[in-house]
Amino acid sequence: MNELAPISREQRVENLKGLGCSRKRVEDVRFTQGRGNYVDDLKLPGMLYGDFVRSPYAHARVKSVDKSAALAVPGVVAVLTAEDLAPLNLHWMPTLAGDKQMVLADGKVLFQGQEVAFVVANDRYVAADAAELVVIDYEELPVVVDPFKALEPGAPVLREDLDGQTTGAHGDRRHHNHIFLWEAGDKAATDEVISSAEVVAEEMVYYHRTHPCPLETCGCVASMDAVNGKLTVHGTFQAPHVVRTVASLLSGIEEHKIRVVSPDIGGGFGNKVGVYPGYVCAIVASIVTGKPVKWIEDRMENLTATAFARDYWMKGRIAATKDGRITALSCHVTADHGAFDACADPTKFPAGFFSIMTGSYDIPVAHVGVDGVYTNKAPGGVAYRCSFRVTEAAYFIERMIEVLAIELGMDAAELRRINFIRKEQFPYQSALGWEYDSGDYHTAWDKALTAIDYQGLRREQADRVEAFRRGETRKLLGIGLTHFTEIVGAGPVKNCDILGMGMFDSCEIRIHPTGSAVARLGTISQGQGHATTFAQILASEIGLPADSITVEEGDTDTAPYGLGTYGSRSTPVAGAATAMAGRKIRAKAQMIAAYLLEVHDGDLEWDVDRFVVKGAPERFKTMKDIAYASYNQAIPGVEPGLEAVSYYDPPNMTYPFGAYICVMEVDVDTGVCDVRQFYALDDCGTRINPMVIEGQVHGGLTEALAIAMGQEIAYDEIGNVKTATLMDFFLPTAWETPHYTTDFTETPSPHHPIGAKGVGESPNVGGVPAFSNAVHDAFRAFGLRQSHMPHDHWRVWKIAHDLGLHG
Amino acid sequence: MIPAAFEYHRPTDLAAALATLGEFGDEARVVAGGHSLIPMMKLRMAEIGHVVDLQDIADLKGIRIDGTAVWIGAMTTQHELIGHQGLAAAAPILRETALQIADPQVRYVGTIGGNVANGDPGNDMPALMQCLDATFTLAGPNGSREVAARDFYEGAYVTLREDDEILTGIRFEATGGGQAYEKQKRKIGDYATAAAAAILKKDGTSCSAASIAMTNLSDMPVWSKAAGDALVGTACAAADIDAAVAAALGDISPNADNRGPVEFKRHVAGIIIRRAIEQAWARA
Ligand SMILES: Cc1cc2nc3c(=O)[nH]c(=O)nc-3n(C[C@H](O)[C@H](O)[C@H](O)COP(=O)(O)OP(=O)(O)OC[C@H]3O[C@@H](n4cnc5c(N)ncnc54)[C@H](O)[C@@H]3O)c2cc1C
Repeated sequence: MNELAPISREQRVENLKGLGCSRKRVEDVRFTQGRGNYVDDLKLPGMLYGDFVRSPYAHARVKSVDKSAALAVPGVVAVLTAEDLAPLNLHWMPTLAGDKQMVLADGKVLFQGQEVAFVVANDRYVAADAAELVVIDYEELPVVVDPFKALEPGAPVLREDLDGQTTGAHGDRRHHNHIFLWEAGDKAATDEVISSAEVVAEEMVYYHRTHPCPLETCGCVASMDAVNGKLTVHGTFQAPHVVRTVASLLSGIEEHKIRVVSPDIGGGFGNKVGVYPGYVCAIVASIVTGKPVKWIEDRMENLTATAFARDYWMKGRIAATKDGRITALSCHVTADHGAFDACADPTKFPAGFFSIMTGSYDIPVAHVGVDGVYTNKAPGGVAYRCSFRVTEAAYFIERMIEVLAIELGMDAAELRRINFIRKEQFPYQSALGWEYDSGDYHTAWDKALTAIDYQGLRREQADRVEAFRRGETRKLLGIGLTHFTEIVGAGPVKNCDILGMGMFDSCEIRIHPTGSAVARLGTISQGQGHATTFAQILASEIGLPADSITVEEGDTDTAPYGLGTYGSRSTPVAGAATAMAGRKIRAKAQMIAAYLLEVHDGDLEWDVDRFVVKGAPERFKTMKDIAYASYNQAIPGVEPGLEAVSYYDPPNMTYPFGAYICVMEVDVDTGVCDVRQFYALDDCGTRINPMVIEGQVHGGLTEALAIAMGQEIAYDEIGNVKTATLMDFFLPTAWETPHYTTDFTETPSPHHPIGAKGVGESPNVGGVPAFSNAVHDAFRAFGLRQSHMPHDHWRVWKIAHDLGLHG
Repeated sequence: MIPAAFEYHRPTDLAAALATLGEFGDEARVVAGGHSLIPMMKLRMAEIGHVVDLQDIADLKGIRIDGTAVWIGAMTTQHELIGHQGLAAAAPILRETALQIADPQVRYVGTIGGNVANGDPGNDMPALMQCLDATFTLAGPNGSREVAARDFYEGAYVTLREDDEILTGIRFEATGGGQAYEKQKRKIGDYATAAAAAILKKDGTSCSAASIAMTNLSDMPVWSKAAGDALVGTACAAADIDAAVAAALGDISPNADNRGPVEFKRHVAGIIIRRAIEQAWARA
């Protein structure tokens, strides 16, 4: 073969491994060989270890703390309590939601597992032993774990620090345990339509409290260099720049003297967005001792003390005409926020984007009110693999649709179809104020129903019910339908910020002389595969192979400022910044190419990896040639080098959607549910890497399975966490994970530079209602309307029992 | 999840292990696979000053089959039980049960001795041993003695084994019959919501012998003589099985926990016992 033969255009495209290529994940080489570098792998000279003494009580006064026995243990360096932090004004800290939170118990504890003292020792084991020796005198107080009881007139006062404060960060507080009432939509108009509607379905839909479960728990290593006054914090942070800013504001250390590094992160799912007492204590301990201090929580601490998710009691009313046209939707949420409002939401959205609750449907009028409530439970309220409160919203509307279908005696697939927002209605203004950028729901829905032979399944289901009634089987068949619409990619700086920081994101690119590149972003991968997929975006933009592009994130000393990775925002925002920075590179490259080819830049056109003189295809300069030239040619009017940076403020959110269908076998006698088939169609706009998408969908569906079928943070009536270990907290293994069939349609976002919408969270958002609806649907023929998750064996058994199916 | 400090001993013969137990009394505890003991230590629910590791004692390992006589060394892992062909032929229910214990990682190190000595009502092997009418050999400072599995358990974590005794092995007669172990659990790695072992012998069309035992349905394993009696001499027709299930349910007293309330557990127990009996009868 002639080695010099020019390669074909297709071959050049293929060599780039750009958009649409199922490029293997570059991260996996080190992860699968045990060569990842996680926070707990970090060992600094002289490093000390911190461990918490935590409250066994959910509500108690702390009368005294005796640290003497702990301090006497050889190797113990310090024992910090609120008293020690108070002079620094660090015994409390602000939360992301405009509330404040105790760093260490200040006079009382408000939830089981709350941090009371921080023991610092030269050995992790010594710290644990000494923590046992800290003697705390508690006086127990009455406990409230039920948000409805918390709002009763005589309920115990949880937050004594807020005594007399009748307004909070989000408006009026009408009770001592009330945090805020947040509303959207037109209440009067909604009530009016509902009161005169032909059909109204009303239901309480509870989305139980659960918790993200990343394989790696939260932790950090804080290291104060007393000589140059620089604080370095390595930690499991989903938003390292925000942590830097918060650390600077809290400590008074100037921001350029703080470096925050997120190394490899073993999953986040929202758990690693917030700022936790462990970080503050490790930083203070490092400043006080002059040594690096490591704090890593264990699994039980993670499940009981760092941020939970969900816990929304959603009271819904949905109105329709007799033939199934939805005319109004209303929802009132009682939101259990635990002891402190530490929700991780954009500042102006105390209930996140819950107002996406009209879902995929063209609902003319709607109203939502969310009451935030304090209880004696752990703080949090993070978006567990979803954009802010979007999973709650999707679950709510997808349950309400099913309940309405029952009320109308209609097929639930058909009810959805007649109410979908139609393709030609996009961009669509929702009744609750969002502008849906794009969608084609009918096409996706029909594709999904055909793929699983929906009519055939319904016939089989009807036969099964008959067989059951004749006593020939004890298993029922459930068909769980979901059509979800998300709102992700927060977000436009005009209305989205975190602690005042606009939610833009960034990318900075440097092309090296020999035609390879480094791109640095303000986001941080926790398993999403950014190093793989962002290089692909760039490869298609600048014509250098993805394999020649290094993507770096997570070090605030080198990466441009960004708001981090959560809420499916990386691709919609940082991915857009990457494309835009790439386009700046290309614009400069065009000028250089024009100089080299001695033509006007307008005479050039871009072709995969090169600029070509129009009409003279043999005259071209590849990006590799141009990169070299940018470093060794004196080009009039053009600066040397080839670099670009882009800070991208998205004009709108993106609205990924999907159609999921779950077919479930339900054993009426044991409550055991087996997923027979699961079909997931996702439309995430432009597909950057189909293999990575499939991996994200599989992972997210498995989390959804866990949440719907068993995973919860449950408390007893005195506030003890009943599910603090993986024995009781359901984390599926390969064994429990069903087979998934994935599919797609592709409706690009009109406002995103490459049309991508984000996909990482879709399967959790859409999966939960699909699994839950399947359980409900199995019992529809026997009169079930609503039953709360998680659908573990005994709760499913109880449905059957209450319906009289056990004879 | 860090245990309190302890001393670690690793004797190479039984005598040395017994001597160490004698020396430190109730401060000492043997560790086999550690998959029940170490979690308790990490939770600081068990504080043990001296841990005596049995893994270097060769005499405690192995599986011997001599005709119908089966002997299993206490330190034999669940994984080894599963892989042993002779055992699978002699008493297939052992493999069926072991495969329902935890996950492969736990089974690589968890031992049958630890499983039966632990005394946790959630362990699966104790009920199986009762079903098989196995005998445990305990070695102590004054020599060995034998205790029937059906007599060994007295309550949660309370057995007839004295603190200074080590379980050396288990023996039973492999007398055949149709065998089945049915278990309902929430997920891999969970203990049973309800589990039952059944061994039934068939003579012509009637049941000539029956042994039924249950896991995690009381604070110790339950061998139900009445359930077996209800089947012997019958053709295991629906009414006979109903009677056996009713008898078995009369012998249990499950506790409410995160798996569900008592009412649910009793109902599921009935289903699982029935399935075990039907399966065993089908295999008889
Ligand atoms: C995630 C997980 C899931 C599990 N699921 C199940 C399950 O589904 N079913 C089930 O049955 N088990 C289950 N187990 C327990 C597992 O099978 C244990 O391995 C077993 O219970 C104990 O065996 P071991 O060899 O690990 O004993 P160890 O943990 O070492 O010892 C347990 C106890 O027995 C004592 N002991 C051990 N050997 C002897 C001996 N030779 N003589 C006297 N005393 C002795 C020890 O002192 C200790 O008190 C699970 C464990 C884990 C971690």
